[in-house]
Amino acid sequence: MNGSARRSLKSAAQLVLLLLVSWQVLYWCVGEVALRSPLETVQYTGKLMGTEAFWGHLAETAKAFGVALVLAGGMGLAIGFLLGLNRFASEMLEPLLIAFYSIPKITLYPILLLMFGLGISAKIAFGAIHGVIPVALFTITAVHNVRPVFLKTGRVMGLTPFEVIRQVVLPAALPEIFAGLRIGFSLTLIGTLLGEMFASQRGVGFLLMNAIGLHNIDLIMALTFLLTVFAGVASGLLLYVNRHLQERGSRA
Amino acid sequence: MTAQVALKGVDKQFGSFHALGPIDLELQQGEFFAVVGPSGCGKSTLLELVAGLSVATRGQVTFEGRAIEGRIPDGVGVVFQEDASFPWLSVTDNIGFGLRRMKLAPAERQRRIDWALELMGLTEFARSFPAQLSGGMRQRVCIARTLVTEPRLILLDEPFGALDQQTRLLMGDEVLNLWRKTGATVLLITHALDEAAMLADRIGVMSARPGRLIDIVETGWSRDRDSQIVQEDSFGQITARLWRSLRAESMKSMAKPGKAA
Amino acid sequence: MKLTTLARVLLLVGLVALLELLCLTGVIDHITMQPPHRMALDLVRLLASGALNGAIAKTLGNAAAAFLLSLAIGVAAAVLLHRFRAVREMLDPLFATYYAIPIFAFYPLLIILFGLGDAPQIFIGAMLGIVAVIVNTLIGLDRVPTVLMKTALINRMGPIETAWRVTLPSAAPYILTGAKLAVAYAFIGIIGAEFIMSRGGMGYEISYAYTNFDNATMYPLIILILVVSTAVNTLLARWEKRIMTRRGLQ
Repeated sequence: MNGSARRSLKSAAQLVLLLLVSWQVLYWCVGEVALRSPLETVQYTGKLMGTEAFWGHLAETAKAFGVALVLAGGMGLAIGFLLGLNRFASEMLEPLLIAFYSIPKITLYPILLLMFGLGISAKIAFGAIHGVIPVALFTITAVHNVRPVFLKTGRVMGLTPFEVIRQVVLPAALPEIFAGLRIGFSLTLIGTLLGEMFASQRGVGFLLMNAIGLHNIDLIMALTFLLTVFAGVASGLLLYVNRHLQERGSRA
Repeated sequence: MTAQVALKGVDKQFGSFHALGPIDLELQQGEFFAVVGPSGCGKSTLLELVAGLSVATRGQVTFEGRAIEGRIPDGVGVVFQEDASFPWLSVTDNIGFGLRRMKLAPAERQRRIDWALELMGLTEFARSFPAQLSGGMRQRVCIARTLVTEPRLILLDEPFGALDQQTRLLMGDEVLNLWRKTGATVLLITHALDEAAMLADRIGVMSARPGRLIDIVETGWSRDRDSQIVQEDSFGQITARLWRSLRAESMKSMAKPGKAA
Repeated sequence: MKLTTLARVLLLVGLVALLELLCLTGVIDHITMQPPHRMALDLVRLLASGALNGAIAKTLGNAAAAFLLSLAIGVAAAVLLHRFRAVREMLDPLFATYYAIPIFAFYPLLIILFGLGDAPQIFIGAMLGIVAVIVNTLIGLDRVPTVLMKTALINRMGPIETAWRVTLPSAAPYILTGAKLAVAYAFIGIIGAEFIMSRGGMGYEISYAYTNFDNATMYPLIILILVVSTAVNTLLARWEKRIMTRRGLQ
């Protein structure tokens, strides 16, 4: 592991330590009425993961999240490339994408529920609409930022336009595209969970919502802990890959 | 002997912007031809026309007897002013990039890559990535990438513009070496008079925009030349003649607004 | 008007017209969606009648509070973090992964801490937006040219005056980028909380209308939120663009 990776790991470890300590201190201040200590939470999480019901819910969420991710990524990349390669289209449509990005999409949930009903499709739709825009926007910028001299080189080497896209544009734009995918990953996860919280009878989001309603602090803490750990680890890995891609693509 | 590259009455306009022309020029196979001119005169546009990267508004550009019509002819290699090495590929893969569409046997492919690596002094960096190399070395990677396709015409668009003076002189020697070893025709665009005077068999002097050829200087150097010819008296005479032709044009160019070449 | 702008306007008008057509012909049934002209009329009627003005004021007011809170604390935190690099480096991974964390899960905790009033929602809205403000402000602070800081020193400006008159104006475009995000997050926080906790406000009214198939109330409210958030966002974007053009950066 090289020096910068080691430093990142060290500061990540420091951060985790800081968060754990803050958690414990907060627990001592607030008490059992609203929190559980880190130790209690870990214990309860262990118990939770032993129940079959939990895995059922997790599978439901995983399925919805997976599909939403594929949709958000696929559509985002397609839109991003189409707009990135065509100046007129991007000038016309990019402002609309940016406007859509700034809307609190939570307000659209009732409409999506009316359109898709109360099943898994609504959740997948929530997740996908959250993730597709950052992927598209980052991809557009990435394709626009490919240095013209690379395109000229591709042409001079006799590559067909399709080959230029595949062998030059794509690798050149990859670091920035990946940054968009990374953000799209997080936002799709949130979207899927929120969808489950408001419109589902199954899934981790539903469990959480239920726990909030029943004031089941153990469950709330355990689920939040699990989600945070998952999101943190996944995000961290993607960040690591992203840095690696950027270093490869950058000037010394 | 028919010319390898011929421009007849070539004119280039971008809308109402008259960039270049009319130009009449013939390049013989195997010669080293440099083009100098004030900034904005259309030197790079000229190179793009010969490369097939852009199409003449009027007139005809031919390569080996066939007209180039916006398609890149086979057998032409281009080295650009900016570093065009692909940062996501190793030096070896960068060099091998142009060979993809040539469908060579793996042994032949490797032989050519090794040859280019050695010629450009990059053998020890075969597996490095461009980000780990200096500017001069990255340009060498770009030159190697061009060489490996065994082009019959090599176009250099101010390839050493981003390098310091000493490195430029050394790279000049390397370009001469290449030229001798490959027997290709070289068209060099440069703003550096001493570089043109040192490297070329003939030098075309362009006027301010719209660029036309106002003088062609024959240097008469032997084929075995290297950077040491800067010591010769004739070197000073050549650069003086170039500057005489260029000085008035450069002043015209500075007074005019408009985009850079 | 530029061709692309015209094309965009035509596209939007075309989409609304298509929606209108699909609704009127019954392809989209009226339980799922109203025709757009109906939505507009219902919105006017709703605002005129003033029946939901209380809820509207509550939501917009809370969203504004959450936005201002996230902006104020976010910028202040960014200024501090910019000064103390070690802390910033430690918190960097948190900022990078923050938006994957389900912040809504902290809602019950906040209710216990702050009681059942508006405070928990405002806090959630602010918590959602604060990292966007911090991250973007830090980028802006990073990009203040050192030569400007040297100029401030030569003019014998103290740290607060430097921050106020040099650093923050220089970083302004980036702060505005963070602010635009904070607007959206403030709305998400408030309305999401209103969905969950059913204590009044537009989120509650939308959720109530949805349950009662009252599209005549639901759609106008949704449109109102979209209009307000887009309007604020556009104003901030215009401001940002003006600053950037004046500096020759766009």
